[in-house]
Amino acid sequence: MTQDAYIRIENVTKRFGSFTALGDVSMDIREGEFFSLLGASGCGKTTLLRLLAGFESPTEGEIYLDGDPISGVPPNHRPVNMVFQSYAIFPHLDVRDNIAYGLRKRKLPKARRDEMVDEMLHLIKLPDYGDRRANQLSGGQRQRVALARALILRPKVLLLDEPLGALDKNLREQMQLELRQIQRTVGITFVFVTHDQEEALTLSDRMAVMARGKPLQIDTPEALYERPANREVAEFIGSMNFFEGRVTQADGQGVDLDVAALGRIAAPDGAGGLSPGQRVALAIRPEKIALSDTRPERGHAVRGRIQNAAYLGERSHYYVQLDGIEAPVAVSANNSAPVRHVPEAGEVWLSWPDEAMRVLAE
Amino acid sequence: MKGDSYIDRSSRTLTLYAVLFLIVLYLPILFLPLFSFNDSIYIAFPLQGFTTAWYAQMWENPQMWAALGNSVKVGMATAVISTALGVFAAKAITRYRLPGQGPLVGFMMLPLVVPLIILGVAILILMSRLGVPLSLYTVTLGHLLICTPFAIATLIPRFEGLDPSLEEASADLGENIWWTFWRVTFPVVYPGIIASLLLTFTISFDEFIVAFFLAGTEQTLPIYIWNQLRFPRELPKVLALASVILLVSFVVVFLSLWLTNRGNRTLVQPGKDQ
Ligand SMILES: Nc1ncnc2c1ncn2[C@@H]1O[C@H](COP(=O)(O)OP(=O)(O)OP(=O)(O)O)[C@@H](O)[C@H]1O
Ligand SMILES: [Mg+2]
Repeated sequence: MTQDAYIRIENVTKRFGSFTALGDVSMDIREGEFFSLLGASGCGKTTLLRLLAGFESPTEGEIYLDGDPISGVPPNHRPVNMVFQSYAIFPHLDVRDNIAYGLRKRKLPKARRDEMVDEMLHLIKLPDYGDRRANQLSGGQRQRVALARALILRPKVLLLDEPLGALDKNLREQMQLELRQIQRTVGITFVFVTHDQEEALTLSDRMAVMARGKPLQIDTPEALYERPANREVAEFIGSMNFFEGRVTQADGQGVDLDVAALGRIAAPDGAGGLSPGQRVALAIRPEKIALSDTRPERGHAVRGRIQNAAYLGERSHYYVQLDGIEAPVAVSANNSAPVRHVPEAGEVWLSWPDEAMRVLAE
Repeated sequence: MKGDSYIDRSSRTLTLYAVLFLIVLYLPILFLPLFSFNDSIYIAFPLQGFTTAWYAQMWENPQMWAALGNSVKVGMATAVISTALGVFAAKAITRYRLPGQGPLVGFMMLPLVVPLIILGVAILILMSRLGVPLSLYTVTLGHLLICTPFAIATLIPRFEGLDPSLEEASADLGENIWWTFWRVTFPVVYPGIIASLLLTFTISFDEFIVAFFLAGTEQTLPIYIWNQLRFPRELPKVLALASVILLVSFVVVFLSLWLTNRGNRTLVQPGKDQ
């Protein structure tokens, strides 16, 4: 594990009765980074966040914050704050009092407190909303108030549980930008839960893809997209074509494969550790495949027939049928290349470079 | 009738029903103020003439004032204690999964359906067994038993409407459970607490049977009234007293409805986007 871990989650297991919500989770989160937890519903994201906040304690394992174990520390004594999925804005208080809620114990002079609240109202771009009640705010505004209420305490870590989940698409995209902007301004470590892969890719410095109470892979968005560690991660992030096959020869750097529809093919051994005879999936992203009428001179190529096409403005999606496999291959082409229409399109060549291929153990 | 919609037609029967219902309900009650101003000690038509003498006599009766004072004391103690117990119970019932919760809650609500006379006798036997002298304290104890289930029933919906993440948010922002209760839970459930205080006070204030069994030498207002009924010439004064109580009750009920509505509006009104 790296030394620069700010939050270290060490072999944490969380059981509810006989149900294991988190099974032996270990991960490190660095200081000042925007870290996302991405995964399908029920995979344990909220549970992990609640462990960090102190609302639950681990059944096994320990969590360290800045070097200190924090399992025994109750939520009101942790330098960690949370933005709840439902925002949990106090309905009986106005926006200013909501934001100032956590300042009571600091015993600041009123002028200093007002100044801090004003700063926060400015940061969340609601300078004139101080006197409003929660029920007079829109979803996006509530979300910002919840953010300000947590940030004013300058926590070491801010936890956000799907904070944008309830917003419509436009507002969501706008809030994503603002959230990233705010995180850079305040420099606080953010742990952000989402089940929207695009959101996680856009926002994160690093992210963990989770399934069944375990992280599958923890890396930068780019690394996760380009070099998924296994088939599940590859399926979860973006779309992917898989060709089933078998390793015929492996020498450490490259492998020879026998793959359905593509035949014998040499590919780089990205993850390493493949051995002859092993069943694998050859994964290729739709946008890494080029279409042409004649066989290109370089790269790998195979012939197919366009079965279906969808025109999406800047891109087109094609579904190409190959001999030997049932599922059509998805190809996503930039529309600066000629657009092909289905009845007359007919036969095409699919081609891709070496680096487009990723061999994943089954 | 032409052009009336189905709903309009059916409302005629309903209106008639409502009017009849109100007459049956309030006619006997309206006799109280009516005869309290009647210049005769007999409760009979025709009316004899207008007088406020009964009110004046009632006002100058020290026994009545003593009984009223006792009832207010018992009522306030009952209201505060049963509402406090109700707050803890409602919080526990709505927030925690307790083992055997269903039967437990049913058991707590049992005094609602046990006949008061049985309750009164039971407590009386218990008290004499324990050698506790009868007093306003034993009356208060009996009233607590009667009122706490009402307090719980009034408060549970309030606590159910309280989003648990509000309390978590407060803890997250650094407050311990007591401060969280004071700064979040209490203000949010406050209208329910007011409603419970008013309801339990009213129940205690006019409770007769249990008070009759458990009161010592000091009587509460219902017992005082009951005692007066034995003397025909006291009856008009009792009517005057009853009329005043009626008026005060109306004011209290409207006040509590108004408070509850106001509370609902600040909490439940959906957010307005601009
Ligand atoms: N208090 C609890 N008691 C029992 N089971 C629980 C409890 N909290 C969570 N679970 C279970 O643990 C699993 C993980 O829940 P969690 O809320 O962490 O999922 P999640 O990844 O946040 O999902 P979502 O995206 O739907 O919010 C779920 O199967 C859930 O039913
Ligand atoms: Mg969740």
